[in-house]
Amino acid sequence: MVDIPEHLLIRSAEARAKALGITVDQALAEMKGEAEPTVISKEPDVQVIDETPAPAAETPAPAAETPAPAAETPAPATTKKETPEEVEFAPEVKVTQRLLTVVKAKPIQKPVSEPVDKVNTWPHLMLPEFVSLMAMTAFLILLSAILQAPLLEEANPNVTPNPAKAPWYFLGLQELLSYWDPQIAGVMIPLLLGVVLWMAFPYIDRNPETHPSKRKFAIMFYTFFLAGAGILTIIGVLFRGPGWNWTYPWIDGIWFDDLLDWIHFE
Amino acid sequence: MQKLSFRDKIKEARINASDSFRGGKLMSSIFRPGSPFRKGYVDSPRNRSYVVMNNVLYHLHPVKVKRHGVRLSYTLCLGGLSFFLFIVLTITGIWLMFYFRPTELAYVDIQNLQTSIAFGSLVRNMHRWGAHLMVLVVFLHMSRVFYHGAYKAPREFNWVIGVILLLLTLLLSFTGYLLPWDQLAIWAVTVGGNMAGYTPVIGAQAKFGLFAGLEATTATLLRFYVLHVLFLPFIIVIFMAVHFWRVRKDGGISGPL
Ligand code: HEM
Repeated sequence: MVDIPEHLLIRSAEARAKALGITVDQALAEMKGEAEPTVISKEPDVQVIDETPAPAAETPAPAAETPAPAAETPAPATTKKETPEEVEFAPEVKVTQRLLTVVKAKPIQKPVSEPVDKVNTWPHLMLPEFVSLMAMTAFLILLSAILQAPLLEEANPNVTPNPAKAPWYFLGLQELLSYWDPQIAGVMIPLLLGVVLWMAFPYIDRNPETHPSKRKFAIMFYTFFLAGAGILTIIGVLFRGPGWNWTYPWIDGIWFDDLLDWIHFE
Repeated sequence: MQKLSFRDKIKEARINASDSFRGGKLMSSIFRPGSPFRKGYVDSPRNRSYVVMNNVLYHLHPVKVKRHGVRLSYTLCLGGLSFFLFIVLTITGIWLMFYFRPTELAYVDIQNLQTSIAFGSLVRNMHRWGAHLMVLVVFLHMSRVFYHGAYKAPREFNWVIGVILLLLTLLLSFTGYLLPWDQLAIWAVTVGGNMAGYTPVIGAQAKFGLFAGLEATTATLLRFYVLHVLFLPFIIVIFMAVHFWRVRKDGGISGPL
């Protein structure tokens, strides 16, 4: 037999003693099989009080539903029809539990899981990842071996280059700024608003469809955005010269120092 | 018993040694039970799971992923490459820090790096082109997400995190742009900072805070340096962690279309 830790044994003996109205020592002895189990003469009944006389077969047997404290007691199932209407709880038994309601076992949440076609991450995802990682590394090292990053003369606050250009990813914005007097038009307002709107985009676009044919407007919107940003950036990088005037790169050369040093191959 | 040749004996000894090493105390303390490093890898569904499960990789990848998600044509690996470029930039950036002082000496340090330090030029180039590439790749990743409608429920919030990541990427790149302290750097940053000056209401304050003064000086250099090597990477790593976590909690990759 499994060794039950002493403190657990005592705790359950106490519970048993309380339920049956016997001493703890007695309960302990019964549990260890050293004494005859106490037999309770009357069942601690939780009765279904049914006013209408029903056929015996339909009355649910209380013994079946009630987890009776004294399980060993043979339930007097046949006597249930004669149960008096006024139920007097067995005075000699302290009822410690009663059946209040029966909760039918069913899940609170109903997970509707459709079967998903899945594959093992290793190797089906990690291998392509590793390959693209290696390819990227190779590409970057090759690029860095061929293209020298620009380093112009030392910074000099007194010599302003003309034109002075921002990094390429801001050049579209710089180009946009050149169209309006920034102080008046307040380009930062639409910009900041743009960032906020961009973050809020999923909450604005409530169309649940993901297929391109069912979200034509969104696709069009983004494509226009891409094209606009691309065109503005290209203009800013290649077509703007001194004084932010229009130039043609094939006539006047490229006025973008970040690109100029690309010519110096190593 | 058949007599073993000398070669076979060596082979057997080697196998025994490697078995007892792999099953030994040291390896058991390093690798988790079931890890292929402890019991060898034989291709089986069980071991395929163990490769991910008994590994710190489990923090990044689930054991199984949707079949369409692993097709290269779906994500083009752009999110993964953004992350990978960030790692490359961290490594090369730490290397550059050994040779760089964010003071009046910054320009000379870069010159020396390029001319008199082994691989100095290569590592600087990798860091610079890698940074440009990262801006591009993050942007492409965002476009991929948009065209797939991958920002839709339940992934709305991950899009918000994504926009923050994009802004942080731009800021990282922009703060790094000043560090070589050449004419390109100082004037690009001046132009950028002046744009921040057009912010309504707090424009002047924003510009002053960015430049640590009224114009780009070595005080600006120090400020951008600290932002570039410590503050922004720290923040972006936190947001990346949340981003990756959300990708998984939102039910893995979106789609298929
Ligand atoms: C530092 C920048 C970023 C990193 C390292 C990153 C990384 C990743 C990775 C690894 C994934 C998994 C799927 C994939 O590779 O496409 C992912 C998914 C996602 N990313 Fe990013 N990301 C970044 C920026 C962004 C940006 C700028 C956005 C959008 C504004 C964005 C929005 C999303 C969304 C919505 C998903 C879920 C896509 C899906 O379930 O199909 N992320 N990201």
